[in-house]
Amino acid sequence: MSQPFRLNKEGLINRNKKISFTFNGKKLFGYEGDTIASALIANGIHLVGRSFKYHRPRGFFGAGVEEPNAKLQVEFNGHSEPNVNATEMELVEGLSATSQNCWPSVNFDVGAINNFLKMFFPAGFYYKTFMWPKSFWYKIYEPFIRKAAGLGVASIEKDKERYEHKFEYCDLLVTGSGPSGLASAYAAAKNGAKVILAEDKPRFGGTLLTDDVSIDNLSGKDWAEKIITELKSMPNVTVKNRSQVFGYYDHNMLVMFERVSDHLEKKSKFTPRQRLWYIRAKETILSTGSIERPIVFGNNDTPGIFLSAAAKEYMKVYGVLVGKKPLIFTNNDSAYETALEFKKNNVEPIILDTREEHSSELIDEAKSKGIDIRFSHGVIVANGYKKVKSAKIGKLNKDKNSFEKIETIDCDCICVSGFWTPSVHLASQSGNKLKYEEKIDAFIPDKKKQHETSVGAANGSFTLEESLKHGFENGSNLSAKITETKTEISIPNVNEKKYGAHDKFWCMPLPKNENPKRFVDFQNDVSVSDIEIALREGYRSIEHVKRYTTLGMATDQGRTSNLNGLQLVSNIENKIVPEVGHTTFRPPFTPITIGTIVGREVGMEYMPTRKTPMHEWHEKNNAVFVDAGAWKRPRYYKQGSENLFEASKREAKNVRENVGICDVTTLGKIDIKGPDAAEFLNRVYTNAWMKLPVGKARYGLMLREDGIVMDDGTTTRISENHYHMTTTTAQAANVLSHLEYYLQIVWPELNVNVVSTTEQWAGAAIAGPKSRDMLSKLYPDLDVSNDALPFMGYKEAEFFGVPSRIFRISFSGELAYEINVKSDHGMFMWEKMMEVGKEFGNQPYGTEALSTLRIEMGHVAGPELDGRTIPSDVSLNGLVSKKKDFIGKNSLGREAFNVESRQKIVGLIPIDRKSSIPEGSHIVQDQNAKLPNPKLGHVSSSCWSVENNNPFSLAIMKDGKNMIGKKFFAVSPLKNKSIEVEVISSHYVDPEGKRVRS
Amino acid sequence: MLYIKCPYCGLRAQKEFSYGGDATVKRPNINEEVPSEDWDNFVYMRKSPRGKHIELWQHIAGCRQWIKVQRDTATHEIFQTAKVTEEIR
Repeated sequence: MSQPFRLNKEGLINRNKKISFTFNGKKLFGYEGDTIASALIANGIHLVGRSFKYHRPRGFFGAGVEEPNAKLQVEFNGHSEPNVNATEMELVEGLSATSQNCWPSVNFDVGAINNFLKMFFPAGFYYKTFMWPKSFWYKIYEPFIRKAAGLGVASIEKDKERYEHKFEYCDLLVTGSGPSGLASAYAAAKNGAKVILAEDKPRFGGTLLTDDVSIDNLSGKDWAEKIITELKSMPNVTVKNRSQVFGYYDHNMLVMFERVSDHLEKKSKFTPRQRLWYIRAKETILSTGSIERPIVFGNNDTPGIFLSAAAKEYMKVYGVLVGKKPLIFTNNDSAYETALEFKKNNVEPIILDTREEHSSELIDEAKSKGIDIRFSHGVIVANGYKKVKSAKIGKLNKDKNSFEKIETIDCDCICVSGFWTPSVHLASQSGNKLKYEEKIDAFIPDKKKQHETSVGAANGSFTLEESLKHGFENGSNLSAKITETKTEISIPNVNEKKYGAHDKFWCMPLPKNENPKRFVDFQNDVSVSDIEIALREGYRSIEHVKRYTTLGMATDQGRTSNLNGLQLVSNIENKIVPEVGHTTFRPPFTPITIGTIVGREVGMEYMPTRKTPMHEWHEKNNAVFVDAGAWKRPRYYKQGSENLFEASKREAKNVRENVGICDVTTLGKIDIKGPDAAEFLNRVYTNAWMKLPVGKARYGLMLREDGIVMDDGTTTRISENHYHMTTTTAQAANVLSHLEYYLQIVWPELNVNVVSTTEQWAGAAIAGPKSRDMLSKLYPDLDVSNDALPFMGYKEAEFFGVPSRIFRISFSGELAYEINVKSDHGMFMWEKMMEVGKEFGNQPYGTEALSTLRIEMGHVAGPELDGRTIPSDVSLNGLVSKKKDFIGKNSLGREAFNVESRQKIVGLIPIDRKSSIPEGSHIVQDQNAKLPNPKLGHVSSSCWSVENNNPFSLAIMKDGKNMIGKKFFAVSPLKNKSIEVEVISSHYVDPEGKRVRS
Repeated sequence: MLYIKCPYCGLRAQKEFSYGGDATVKRPNINEEVPSEDWDNFVYMRKSPRGKHIELWQHIAGCRQWIKVQRDTATHEIFQTAKVTEEIR
């Protein structure tokens, strides 16, 4: 079980703790602190996946978020996750990783035939090929492409993990704990600011962990540790590792993704897997560093080819060699550090430097250590299919467009460096227009739109000294403005190697007659020739080139490919990069789990559940509930083997014959007080309210300003300046906002206050011919006769010792009352009613029976008041005052509202008196007419009339009143039904309204 | 997510507010004859400016007050907030 590529000593891993895992079924081990990538490389495994389009063998390229290739299907801690970045995922005991996008295996992949057919898969292949015949798309092309596309497999199991959201506020958020981030956080913390320092990786320090530098005579790593320890001890500082700030939103809100427990073997039951932080920061320091970019050359995607800084990180952090015969291919000095690190570990590298022979501190050091350096050289093409075996290298001529000499040398890895690209994603997301910095051939932040400041490498400063200085200064100045305290900090002495100038060189030319693929974007398999095709075909805008070739559109967001792609476009177009511009950076910076976005808002916690005080009783008595907004309402109370239809029919019939009670707590209730309350109601409602006496209720209709009915309900005058308004369950919140709008903005001179009391009162309706008898038993001391408590009357009385309000109002069309008690007494009231009601045949009824009762009476509700009807459409024009002004009145005069053929509410009964009419059916003259069949109206509500024992529906129909007596068809293509119906009055039962007044 | 300064409660997250449209629209007086063109303009016609816009928001999960917010519709920058009884210039 030896690890052939593990160094003996180097690295920050815990060699005392072995961790076993499997890769494609093979049992392997690594150490605590390894990533999947470092453990596999230690075991000499490089081939981990197949590319997206051509199924070419792919290995690791980076050591962190920049990784474009190594996306694995990973099973750990009981779940399976696709597209996990092997360079980021920490090793945990029992983890099992498998390659994606290959069949039957990563070693032998049938799809690799695409690589040999690559002339048939150029940019735009799909757009060009799958256009015809049109009918092939759904049945042949689309399913085939779907099967071939994508990488990993999403789990179909329910995610059992816990995810959390957290809201946080701070003075300064620092994103990244490299030298400039640490310095900023430290300076701000010393000024007393509330600081959050976020580090994406498990270890703090960024490049300090891998660079050969010293600060105040401490190694970079030790200095970072010292600062972190001090920051952690300060109460005003929150330090978070494994936490990536991935999005920069409006008004300095940043969103951070914390991997809380993915790296833990064991965790407590309530520890979330991941946490999403919404951070509102007064100031933000973007110390996100930079990412090395590659140089483009032939077959540059072969496994064994790495970014040079990644190779160094594998040695320094994980104690792992990416190869034992390395070629270092560079256009700048930073790769020399990688070469020196190899040398230190007794591995002999060869450096190919595209620059002409010259000297610098690092070059001199490499020379003095006897490292083979070849100037004006570069890799033309890598040889080897599943792993680099050798490289054809060439000596470049002066113009660097052809070769003076070509030879092949053996190697087992190629470490490439094409200089550094600042990570400007967050700055760009904040609205910062980037500018092109010629000195580093990359974009850096320009003018700010929000409170963000980029420091260090993210701002294009590639020296430690400058990064620290920027960090301390900005951290101190930005926080001092907030805390008004400034603590002087001396900037530490720095010892670092000086880099010479880099070469503005990014793509190797090809010798004549050679045409290997040169990849720009590894993850989406976009090569130099694809970009050339796009430009040849006329795509000019970089955004169009991006979409046509898919350059930079993979999950790595083109971190290693964007700038090379831009350089290529600018070269071909003979433009400079700033003219080409850059594509848009969008959150998230790296992929995050859906679970994290959703957080705790799943299942029962998706939204609050509102239950009435009588809910438990309903549950115990076999209520089947229905959602009414967030409310749970009993739809029907199931007896024996009854279904919905049978139960609701029984309940409704019992109300018509005896008495029933219904939980009406969910109705919106608004308390209205003030000397101008009557005047206010008079303006809000369409009917007259100035003369409503105390102790009386009135039905009212509310319009929107455009004349459409908004809501209806009763309002009762409790005392001189005190009213109790009810609204429908659905509109309660809207009506309250509506009233507040008029009181606060339009008529502030009215002295009125409104407040919601929906939750304060429990309500029960008692309906049916025997309801008065029942009421008199509930209130033995109260005169409840028709004279003492007439229709629309109101009384306050004690209900078995608790205060209550009695309203004589009716929704069912029967003699009915509504009793309100304080919510705490709701259950008491309900149980008393059930007990007392027994002798009258009382039964509870649910919303289904309630609907039946109101529909056959022709009472309108939500389905009729659907935001498209005016009062006269639903036969409520009697409630519209002609004498006074009210909200929406002026709109009622509109021409379209007053044409003779305007839609009207009608009743429908099926000719056969048997077939029930589906709600939503369209009313047509001729069911066999050619489509489009002219629609005359629609069915809004349907029920089984218990009074007449046949189906009955309400419908909104063009010229409805003149259609009475005529026959039509109600058709529902959805239910595949067509029913012949007769139009009748919408008031099917008790059209004179005698019962409610009886 | 916007950060809106309620004149009554201070800075609060957008989640607590609900949008209420153009704050400069004035409802014609009640009980007064309104030419139908004026009424139609009030009910239907709204400007959709790119840039500064004075709009209404209600602090629905807070003090329930309607407030005025002057916001840039393109950048979301908020320049000023005020009580509805106050003027924004």
